[in-house]
Amino acid sequence: MKVAVLQFPGSNCDQDAFHLFASGLKLNTRYVWHKDTTLGDVDLVVVPGGFSYGDYLRCGAIARFSPVMKAVQAFSQQGGLVFGICNGFQILCEAGLLPGALIRNASLEYRCITCALKVEASTPTFNPETLGATIKLPIGHGEGNFRIDEAGLARLEANKQILLRYQNNPNGSLSDIAGIRNEAGNVFGMMPHPDRAFERFHPSMDGLKVATAVLATKFPQLIKRTA
Amino acid sequence: MSKAASQSSPRDPALGVSAPLPLNPDPLLNQQITPELIRKHGLLDEEYNVICRSLGRQPSLTELGIFSVMWSEHCSYKNSKSLLKGFPTVKKGETKNYGKVLVKAGEENAGIIDVGDGWAVAFKIESHNHPSAIEPFEGAATGVGGIIRDIFTMGARPVLLTNSLRFGELNSPATKRLLRGVVAGIAHYGNCVGVPTVGGDVYFDASYEGNPLVNALCLGVLRHDQIRLGKATGVGNPVFYVGAATGRDGLGGAAFASRELSEASAADRPAVQKGDPFMEKLLIEACLEMMAVPGLVVGIQDMGAAGLTCSTCETASRGGAGIEIELDRVPQRETGMNSYEIMLSESQERMLVIVQKGREKEIEAIFQKWDLHASNVGTVTDTGRMVVTQHGVTVADIPASVLTDEAPLYTRTAKEGEWAINARKWTPAGLTDLDSKGVEKALATLIASPSIASKRWIYRQYDSMVQHGTAVGPGSDAAVVRLRLGDTEKFIAISNDCNGRYCALNPKRGALIAMAECLRNLACSGAKALAMTDNLNFGNPYKPENFYQLSECVQGLAEACRYFDVPVVGGNVSLYNESPAGSIDPTPTVSVVGLIESEKHITRQTVSSADNRLILLGGAPYELGGSQYLGLCHGIKAGDAPNVDLNAENLLQNFLLDQIKVGKINAAHDISEGGLLVTVTEMLFTPEVGSANANTFGANLDLTSISAPRLDALLFGESQARAVIAVSPSNESLIMQAASQAGLAATVLGNVTVGGSLNLVKGSVKAQLNVNELRHGWETTIENAMKRPGLN
Amino acid sequence: MKISVIVTPKKNVLDPQGVAVGHALESLGFPKLKTTRVGKLIELEIEAVDSPEFRARLDQVCKDLLSNPVIEDYRYEIISK
Repeated sequence: MKVAVLQFPGSNCDQDAFHLFASGLKLNTRYVWHKDTTLGDVDLVVVPGGFSYGDYLRCGAIARFSPVMKAVQAFSQQGGLVFGICNGFQILCEAGLLPGALIRNASLEYRCITCALKVEASTPTFNPETLGATIKLPIGHGEGNFRIDEAGLARLEANKQILLRYQNNPNGSLSDIAGIRNEAGNVFGMMPHPDRAFERFHPSMDGLKVATAVLATKFPQLIKRTA
Repeated sequence: MSKAASQSSPRDPALGVSAPLPLNPDPLLNQQITPELIRKHGLLDEEYNVICRSLGRQPSLTELGIFSVMWSEHCSYKNSKSLLKGFPTVKKGETKNYGKVLVKAGEENAGIIDVGDGWAVAFKIESHNHPSAIEPFEGAATGVGGIIRDIFTMGARPVLLTNSLRFGELNSPATKRLLRGVVAGIAHYGNCVGVPTVGGDVYFDASYEGNPLVNALCLGVLRHDQIRLGKATGVGNPVFYVGAATGRDGLGGAAFASRELSEASAADRPAVQKGDPFMEKLLIEACLEMMAVPGLVVGIQDMGAAGLTCSTCETASRGGAGIEIELDRVPQRETGMNSYEIMLSESQERMLVIVQKGREKEIEAIFQKWDLHASNVGTVTDTGRMVVTQHGVTVADIPASVLTDEAPLYTRTAKEGEWAINARKWTPAGLTDLDSKGVEKALATLIASPSIASKRWIYRQYDSMVQHGTAVGPGSDAAVVRLRLGDTEKFIAISNDCNGRYCALNPKRGALIAMAECLRNLACSGAKALAMTDNLNFGNPYKPENFYQLSECVQGLAEACRYFDVPVVGGNVSLYNESPAGSIDPTPTVSVVGLIESEKHITRQTVSSADNRLILLGGAPYELGGSQYLGLCHGIKAGDAPNVDLNAENLLQNFLLDQIKVGKINAAHDISEGGLLVTVTEMLFTPEVGSANANTFGANLDLTSISAPRLDALLFGESQARAVIAVSPSNESLIMQAASQAGLAATVLGNVTVGGSLNLVKGSVKAQLNVNELRHGWETTIENAMKRPGLN
Repeated sequence: MKISVIVTPKKNVLDPQGVAVGHALESLGFPKLKTTRVGKLIELEIEAVDSPEFRARLDQVCKDLLSNPVIEDYRYEIISK
């Protein structure tokens, strides 16, 4: 299993995402610079958190035009696995790989706290049976307020595209949505940080389960099922 | 203006030894230097004479500006340098590798100390008080930016930030405005640049009204062979300017910081710079990448206060060399900037790099990758002079060492003020002691008072978790961060502290306490202290009572450092902290860094299970002087600061560490503001993880057997060298025995319970409190004060 | 050529900044506000000739980069040619 973590100017959780997969899950992980036009041989592309391009104009608005994003687009169209965390989620929404948009927290303040999240039954590998009914992941964002129009929300619900919901909504997100996937089920995005929940001293180690559940989309053997 | 004008008013026979400089390309700068202009530049007549003698002529206006910033209080420490020599800057018991100071305080932009295995940490604290008073957001933001640059300029990757903040009382609209702006500014910069803000301390006190304190600390990690110095060496080496373009930001910022705040200062808004954390993040990555190339970087310094001026003359001076720079090659983002503006500009996110000759293309390529300017602006020479040209004309020509080393130093008059002498005479003789209801009311008041209450409203705006190494974040006595060092890892702990009230009442004791408290906090977390940095925040040094405070505080800090063998690796002095109402309380903020031997030793201040026994170490508290209780419940700011016994502190610290290492201590919290009962209460507030309503414990305390002449002093007095620990019932007798053997007083207070009721018995006094209500008050004080309508 | 592009939150999108600004105005004594919306002004100064092709390119870049059509509306004014 090969994991690639993208790096944009201003990404600051790239090392965190790298270590989630390299140290936490002991997988072959490398960085890909935003100016590269090819991804190379990879199973999962991770778009990490941070402030790409300083969050100028809108979060992720400029990063989505980086040369590497064309390759990510093609990769996802062929069914490749893509996982956006925080700023990565914002970039994927701006790039149209995920529906909706993230705007400023309702409080107008940055929030760094640990959140209890309700796991939704979204895919055969991402659901309350594999992850538990609730998990705990830290958030760290100023713009995590998920927005989508009525029709879009109805589609997300009908297709079970919602992955996680906040139990105590920290940012005003519509329908408490913390993370979603695309309809095809190969592109994932979430505001909470699994890359801050995998060390023994972290608020929880649920990040490992979440990363595994995403990878298991392509490698179901990662999740041992009890009958 | 003309030769005739300069010859008509010679001030000294040595004048006229050097030919005057040619006319400046900007006619505006060719004005005659008048006494008023000299004063406007914050220079005294005697200082101006020294300048003329050093140059052998009158300075140009550009040169006057250069001297003005380099000889300002902020850059030269002219009123405090004589005192700072008392600090120990190396460790006494140095073994070959561990704990050795590799770069000493005052030598470079930040000090560096070894942490073992070939790794080291660089850290320093710095103030940005005056800019934050005028423009809180940008003032605080650029303070963070500046201290981060001081760290990565040494070759270290910044891994954590902390801050010490002081404001006026929370119910004042001015304080709310400053608090909101400062916190948002720190968050804006730290979060975007990707360095976690993991801890700090915040106090609200009337003495800071109109003059807030914003002290920012940064710590970075590096291997010994990655250390880079701010030295210009190698004649002919090119001098590169990297980072953001230069504009007219913050002109006169350094000289400005040396002036007192008055109503007129609000008009000085242009002296505050605007920071760009995105630019700084790119700069960090580009600089670290550049410094990793063997032999490429000869010297490097950030452009902070006094920007291009300071970085140029300091690197030259340290290297015993000269530097020539051509201003036309400096990237400028505004048109028509003259030499005065360019040399004094405080535009942010810029570095000066001395590069190995012949390797210019390498540095240019790295900066191109990161889309940053990298401009060859000058050369290292052997003249020892800083020579600046613009449009081919020499606009400044000054010996570098005159700027850096020959600022006149002053020893001001020190005389203790009457207020402190009288205040210390206060005794509690006339004070009514507490009954049951009184105890309940006092605890509820103290736990919800802004200085003691939860600072969560503040720190949840900071990203405290980026770089995934935070083991204990904000809200604890000490922050603990895991450092990833190649294949190995280490746990570092850091604590900030200073009680300005103690320092106002008794400066030397207050300073000793600041150190002792930090070390106590570290011991409670399982850490052994390594080194410290301090930010001395004081009023106008020309007032003898202020200079007395400064002198006494420095002596107190130095004494504690020597006793505990904790060297000072760097720090900052901020004077002239005054508002129309007067000087601030003397506030020497201290920050101590320590190492925790093993992850297993990390100890927190909150209990995690009921039935634990609560034990008081260090004997019954008995002093009310300078306490929050006295101030908040009786409106009295008096009494002597609590007594300090460094031997007792040492005994307590060693005991805590010894017992933590053998796993006997479940939680530890030292006694400080609010006293014993506040300490115990805080231990019952479990940290909130993943839910809106955390579990709250209770406690049953029976203090009847404790001999205490006054109940209020026992429960709320702030006697030092004391801590409360939570231990499993099975370990109680072991701990009591070990304490007895160590000669440390230990008293069982009672136990932790479930159910959220805090019950206290002492003789006939029976107090009962609802811990959930106490917690509610503690959690919501600041949040309610800062609420804005319509937002959640 | 000088162009002003104005980007505003869509009418049906929550605008917490607008809410905050509205309350602040009211607290300064302004009459109660029905709505307050906070947007962005992007000023462009470029070498270009006004033509249907140019306007089409401008529209495209407004949709792709300068605004997010999911949550924002845009309009532009040609200030001077």
